[in-house]
Amino acid sequence: MVLFALRRLIISIPLLVGITFVSYLVISLAPGGPLDFLTPEDPNASPEVKERLIKEFGLDQPLYIQYGKWLSRAVRLDFGRSFLPDGKPVLTKIGERLPITLLLNVIEMLIIVGLAVPIGVMSATRQYSLYDKVTTVFVFIGFATPDFWLALLLMILFGLQLGWLPISGLRSLNFEYLSFWAQQWDFLSHLVLPIVVATFGGLAGFSRYMRQSMLEVIRQDYIQTARAKGLSERVVIGKHALRNALLPVVTILGLSLPGLIGGSIIVETIFAIPGMGQLMVQSVFSRDYPVVMGNLVIVATLTLVANLVADVAYGLVDPRIRLGGRRRRR
Amino acid sequence: MRGTLRPLARLALGAACALAPGCGGDVEGKADEAPIAAGPPAYGDTFVMASIGDIGGLIPSLTSDGASHEVGAMIYDGLLRYDKNLNLAPQMAESWTIAKDCLSLTFKLRKDVKWHDGQPFTADDVRFTWQAMVNPKTPAPFKEKFLQVKDVEVLDPYTVRVTYPKPYARALESWSDYVLPKHLLEAYVADGKLRESPQNRFPIGTGPYRFQEWKPSEKVVLTASPDYYEGRPYIGRVVYRVIPSQATIFLELKAKGVDSSGLTAFQYVRQTEYPAFRKAYHKYRYPGSAYTFLGFNLKDPRFADKRVRQAIAYAIDKQELIDGVAMGLAREGTGPIRPGTWAFTDKVRRYEYNPEKAKALLAEAGWKDRDGDGVVEDKDGRPFAFTIRTNQGNDERKKIAEIIQQRLKDVGLNADIQVIEWAAFIKEFVKPRRFDAIILGLGTGTDPDQFSVWHSSQTAPDQMNRMGYANPEADRMLEGGRASCIQKDRVPYYHRLQEILAEDQPVVFLYYRDSLPVVSSRFRGIDPGPAGIFHNFNEWFVPRQLQRYTSG
Amino acid sequence: MAARVIKNRGEVRLFWRSFSRNQLAMCGGIVVAVLVVVAVAAPVLAPWDPNGVDTKRILASPSKSHWLGTDPLGRDVLSRVLYGSRISLAVGFVSVGIATILGTVLGAAAGYHGGLVDNFIMRLVDLMLVFPRFFLLLAVLAFLKPSIWTIMAVIGLTGWMGVARLVRAEFLTLREREFVIWSESIGAGALRVIFRHILPNAMAPVLVAMTLGIPAAILTEAGLSFLGLGVQPPYATWGNILNDGRDYMEIAWWMTLYPGLAILFTVLSYNLLGEGIRDALDPRLRRAGVGRILRLGR
Repeated sequence: MVLFALRRLIISIPLLVGITFVSYLVISLAPGGPLDFLTPEDPNASPEVKERLIKEFGLDQPLYIQYGKWLSRAVRLDFGRSFLPDGKPVLTKIGERLPITLLLNVIEMLIIVGLAVPIGVMSATRQYSLYDKVTTVFVFIGFATPDFWLALLLMILFGLQLGWLPISGLRSLNFEYLSFWAQQWDFLSHLVLPIVVATFGGLAGFSRYMRQSMLEVIRQDYIQTARAKGLSERVVIGKHALRNALLPVVTILGLSLPGLIGGSIIVETIFAIPGMGQLMVQSVFSRDYPVVMGNLVIVATLTLVANLVADVAYGLVDPRIRLGGRRRRR
Repeated sequence: MRGTLRPLARLALGAACALAPGCGGDVEGKADEAPIAAGPPAYGDTFVMASIGDIGGLIPSLTSDGASHEVGAMIYDGLLRYDKNLNLAPQMAESWTIAKDCLSLTFKLRKDVKWHDGQPFTADDVRFTWQAMVNPKTPAPFKEKFLQVKDVEVLDPYTVRVTYPKPYARALESWSDYVLPKHLLEAYVADGKLRESPQNRFPIGTGPYRFQEWKPSEKVVLTASPDYYEGRPYIGRVVYRVIPSQATIFLELKAKGVDSSGLTAFQYVRQTEYPAFRKAYHKYRYPGSAYTFLGFNLKDPRFADKRVRQAIAYAIDKQELIDGVAMGLAREGTGPIRPGTWAFTDKVRRYEYNPEKAKALLAEAGWKDRDGDGVVEDKDGRPFAFTIRTNQGNDERKKIAEIIQQRLKDVGLNADIQVIEWAAFIKEFVKPRRFDAIILGLGTGTDPDQFSVWHSSQTAPDQMNRMGYANPEADRMLEGGRASCIQKDRVPYYHRLQEILAEDQPVVFLYYRDSLPVVSSRFRGIDPGPAGIFHNFNEWFVPRQLQRYTSG
Repeated sequence: MAARVIKNRGEVRLFWRSFSRNQLAMCGGIVVAVLVVVAVAAPVLAPWDPNGVDTKRILASPSKSHWLGTDPLGRDVLSRVLYGSRISLAVGFVSVGIATILGTVLGAAAGYHGGLVDNFIMRLVDLMLVFPRFFLLLAVLAFLKPSIWTIMAVIGLTGWMGVARLVRAEFLTLREREFVIWSESIGAGALRVIFRHILPNAMAPVLVAMTLGIPAAILTEAGLSFLGLGVQPPYATWGNILNDGRDYMEIAWWMTLYPGLAILFTVLSYNLLGEGIRDALDPRLRRAGVGRILRLGR
């Protein structure tokens, strides 16, 4: 097992380097460049600034040297500074955005799992019942509704017509003048709509997965045996079946961890939440190479780690995998 | 204001008018003055604005986005400013004199100006600002005007003399730019690390508002400077909220989450005419400073033919565009100089909508529908097909492209549309002139000098003559117009320039869109003028009983 | 051979018996069929030119002449939604087709050959999965000239990894089955074995993945439209009609309601259909499952 984990870890390192190389290549070769963004389309702009910045950013050097320099700094966790006029270190920029995205996504994930497991289990145990049909349609409606449309509808309804919830942002403008508890409520109330939109959209994936997993498990012999032994349905399902059905779901959960820091572009844009999703779009659109690269490295590393942890954890629980390490992929 | 409206900083023009070189012409204020007695000016309350993009930094001289300049104009002052009628007026300079030969300018500075950290503002800061801007290590996008300067001499702590090697028409105007603090920035400028200086994060200026906080992509908060030399501004706090979705900004406006925003024409006409909105907000309308155009690649033999360009000008129904895209809230464009300014003339060739004339001109140029398929062909039977490109993120330009496409189809021209993401659009298509036709906008400054846009020497990839326009007579007008600092000497050059451009149609000037800002009706003291509404922001106030926020 | 056909017929009958019991899946199937008919017949059904601009009729509410109202350029929303169904469905079909072909070829190669080839392809899959999908989409969009085909290609080129894994997994098991070993032992070539024996047996989960991939592609296109990177004007897709209407939601609800509902019903139906097919084929085909339920930016 340790050997397996170690081997996977060693494979991950060249993979990570490969990812950074491909990313660097893609972003550098993509049409448009950072300088055309910094030197505006304006009759009064001075083109010589561009020359200056090309030198400062080292963009006049061949690509492999640029990449080599970037890599040698990146291994020391120095991702450089943003190309944008604020010139902030990349890690500072990411540090500013990460907490809110993480918070939103963790809450969202907890709610999704909290809802998806019972929905999935119940619709599996009552396959083709009315309950099954209703929840199936319900979760797929969530999946099928374009989220910016849903977001705007909810903003109009709850923010504008009813006035129950704030429309966008994270805090009210009089935040500093509120009492402590009022501040907490103020902050939470700003999170309600984004979380509802994201949760509704994400429910289908998990609950359907849960349902499938459960359907498979309750057809297994040992469940039949448990039933035959006269155990109550509650115990059979709640204890024996659920535990086994959760197994693959936990893997999926692990694999979706990196997504937690990626942030949702559409939700963050519509609700004006200064998170990682917005940072990524803005940096790609403005060709802010250092920020794009820093972002990708962090997401890629986390993905690889999560993959590894998920595999190892799965291996620990399911002894069949230990030997081969082959069948592990879905 | 400055330049094209960029996708990420697609600020409403109205807001951009805070930056003086902005808006002109007649003003229409739709203000149903609320019945509440205005009462005496009171201090306090907060003014909340929405901005579609975050600011780039807090040394606005290093940035080119509208939001940074809007915020910067509150924190920093210049020696001069533009007043309500777009005339240059004293700001940190009490008075100034211009030498008869236009080669030198002398400013007398106010003695009561202090930086926000308490240091006195002196002539050294003015000289430093020039040095900082011309320093090759300073990545300032708008340094051109400072590069024209020969020297800035400090005659005494409150007197500076600026000299020029040759007359420069925009000399005086350029000193309305932000003055930077020498005592905080000197070391950073020398090292070329201005972007990384604390000033870019926690700025110290001389302006009416002090910096309080900047939460990236969330908000920028400014507070009134209590010892501002022109008197403490009434409004205690100004907040710029970053809201990256236009739809959300409008919802926030309706829910009173923001106090002011620029409206789209459609919102102005159709979405804000109900009583509750009219009670809560005052709407303003004045001519904008940017024009939208359809430009041609003049190196393409098809578009090098003037008749083809004129035919397209006749085929486009500008009124349809104004009605359809701008809901009638725009003025027809006849040239690149802003209507209502001193250099403007409309006594130029006009292109009223006339598809028959367009077809005749095309036929004259050799383009006829030879095989009856509805598309014109040249004598070898090659159909006239081309692509109109524009940038993504600007709904207005996309709509214009869709309407123009239909009208060109009517006269037998087959146009495709491509909407391309901004960075790629500029770098891959516009700069290398790899396009057939483009739709873009361009801002006009307060000065009519457009040497960089139309002169035949300015056609390199990084220069602004994007169409590759070259006309010797136009060149002479552009050179003559910028060689004097005396307005009446410059007028004839610019009038002739507009005639030439109207005849040549290197681009079809479509329209100047109106600025349509709204401001919460609790704000009083707004004085609309050619410069827009924000020129006297320091005098705005909210009567005590209407104040909404505690501003500390 | 004859035995096989009969066996297949039996399978089909079994499949149909199980599938037709699933009412939701049946509903989904019917809606999908109707949608295809509508898309094909759009030019006959549409009362107006979907691109006909009329600035005198901007955002007119639903009326006798324009059943679903008009858009900000005065174009008929009904006609645009009808024509939009063609592009939206085409985007779904073509992009999923690309993803399926690419994924099947790579997955088959990896699963059949194993060893170095397998390792290489699976690392490629890992690499693609590690990139945020939005970044991939943007990068590919930046390289290709924008057009309908680009959007399809982009969605396809960034969505094949699920299919590849699926096919590989099928191959890994099928490779060890008697009939494959037998045909290899009598000297059948690799290609013959792959195409004749393994692939047909591995297609069931791929079919399911395709059915579930189409709605995901339609949603992705809608998400790209939100970012302004969707299908180029003047072509209507449900995604860009919806996006064009987002600034007018309160005064012109018809601009967003109808394309929104069109997306909703389509995506819902495809998903119900896809799940129904999967359940009927074999409940153990979970692997094909909701695995690649993908939404942009998530």
